[in-house]
Amino acid sequence: MDFVIQQIINAISLGGVYAMLALGLAIVFSIVRLINFAHGEIMTFGGYGIFLSLAFGMPPLGALAVGVGAAVVIALAMERAAFRAMRGADVVALLITSFAVSEILKILFQNTISPRPVPISLPAAWSSSYRVGDIVIGVGPTISIVVALSALAGLTLFLRRTTTGMAMRAAAEDFEMLRLLGVRASRVVATAFAISGLLAGAAAVVWTAQRGSVDPMMGFFPVLKAFIATVLGGLGSLGGAVLGGFVVGGIEVMTQAFLPEALSPYRDAIVLACVIAALLFRPDGLLPARSGARS
Amino acid sequence: MADTVLEVAGLDVRYGQVHAVRGVSLSVARGAVTALLGANGAGKTSTVMAVAGARPMASGTVRIFGQDRTGAAPEDIVRAGVAISAEGRRIFASLSVEDNLKVAGAVVPDAALAADRRTALMERFPILGERRRQLAGLLSGGEQQMLAVARALMSAPKLLLLDEPSLGLAPQMVDRIFDIVEELRAEGISILLVEQNATLALEVADHAVVLANGAVAAAGAPEAIANDPVLRQAYLAA
Repeated sequence: MDFVIQQIINAISLGGVYAMLALGLAIVFSIVRLINFAHGEIMTFGGYGIFLSLAFGMPPLGALAVGVGAAVVIALAMERAAFRAMRGADVVALLITSFAVSEILKILFQNTISPRPVPISLPAAWSSSYRVGDIVIGVGPTISIVVALSALAGLTLFLRRTTTGMAMRAAAEDFEMLRLLGVRASRVVATAFAISGLLAGAAAVVWTAQRGSVDPMMGFFPVLKAFIATVLGGLGSLGGAVLGGFVVGGIEVMTQAFLPEALSPYRDAIVLACVIAALLFRPDGLLPARSGARS
Repeated sequence: MADTVLEVAGLDVRYGQVHAVRGVSLSVARGAVTALLGANGAGKTSTVMAVAGARPMASGTVRIFGQDRTGAAPEDIVRAGVAISAEGRRIFASLSVEDNLKVAGAVVPDAALAADRRTALMERFPILGERRRQLAGLLSGGEQQMLAVARALMSAPKLLLLDEPSLGLAPQMVDRIFDIVEELRAEGISILLVEQNATLALEVADHAVVLANGAVAAAGAPEAIANDPVLRQAYLAA
């Protein structure tokens, strides 16, 4: 029983990271129609932000805040430098642009910092655990869950209660109409990238706090899973991205925990098979986006 | 030409190989309604969207309140005092009625003023006030059209572009929409009214322009246009 509960905690913790990354991808896609393959590098950049601030002697909490800030800055910078010029271009052109941005950043990380993992030493207390009754719960997964749930709750409030948030939802439905009402396109797009950076930064915090190192490929693999999550949830659907993130994280942890040893090389294959099965029955995803798209 | 609020000259709009608008010129006088008529695909919406800044212009000029606004972005056209109620209404279905108005109020620099306008519009269109918390996508066609017009009025425009406001509405609602057009004109708002329903549009218009195959087929006083065989032909030609 304890084992099951611990695995559920792990699943929510990993699912939360995927959910934040998937939501960042979805919010940009829903507005700009860009599938941002450089999203993983936003997360990695946040990780290096944490590494460098710690290396310069900043206290851990400050370093984490710098990491989140760095992710927001790089997200805004890539929009300004690469994607703004491509606005209105077709999906394929945008996709290739984001591949280019992704590769450039990876090479910059390799050449300016290190191709190998660099250590991030956070207080030992953060990697310890505590007991609730008979159950041992890690501090890392707890932080991860708290950060993910607060980020998701905060974003929900922002999207529902503030005029800017409403404009973001309106933009996802019909961006041209929003501009025809006088809302500045650049501002909406920049806000979308800032939010995606914020979420990727939060993911970087959670990820590095649990793994204790950063390397140039740090963001690549979790974002790959987040892509799967967005497709599973329904491309462009924000609620779907969050749900997809938790589902993918959940399946991954459960296969890790309960699958016989002999099947473990097939873990990713099993996760993907589940996704394919889900898409066979719901081709538009679990929670499809409202089709505000116009020809 | 101080009394001309909108002056379009030699407008061309192309979509790839398709030449949708060919050298269209038209104008809207201050406080007047210009009706833009024509069959489906005649280029009416392309013309209006180009004026609003949402379609690239291959050539031609757009002057708004005497200023050259050729090629300006939609956001800047709104700030120049022009608002649009677009074809197909294009309300934000997943937002509530009130939130649709809030988003449109983002252009108003003063939040208190935006809130006042919102309240005033929900009084003016009581159905919107009653349904303020309802999702806009759940409104009837006529109510959505009211919302589209109210949303356009949030920026307190001096020139309103009304694209097919009566399309697909019940006759009663169509009458109400045309009443609103007359009310707005009485308040001093100049209007470019795009309509398929030529009969009704000519009743309220001060000036009319007929498009056929992307070009101006006729222009003049509504009474003259109503009796002009060109109008009938323009509709049959499509």
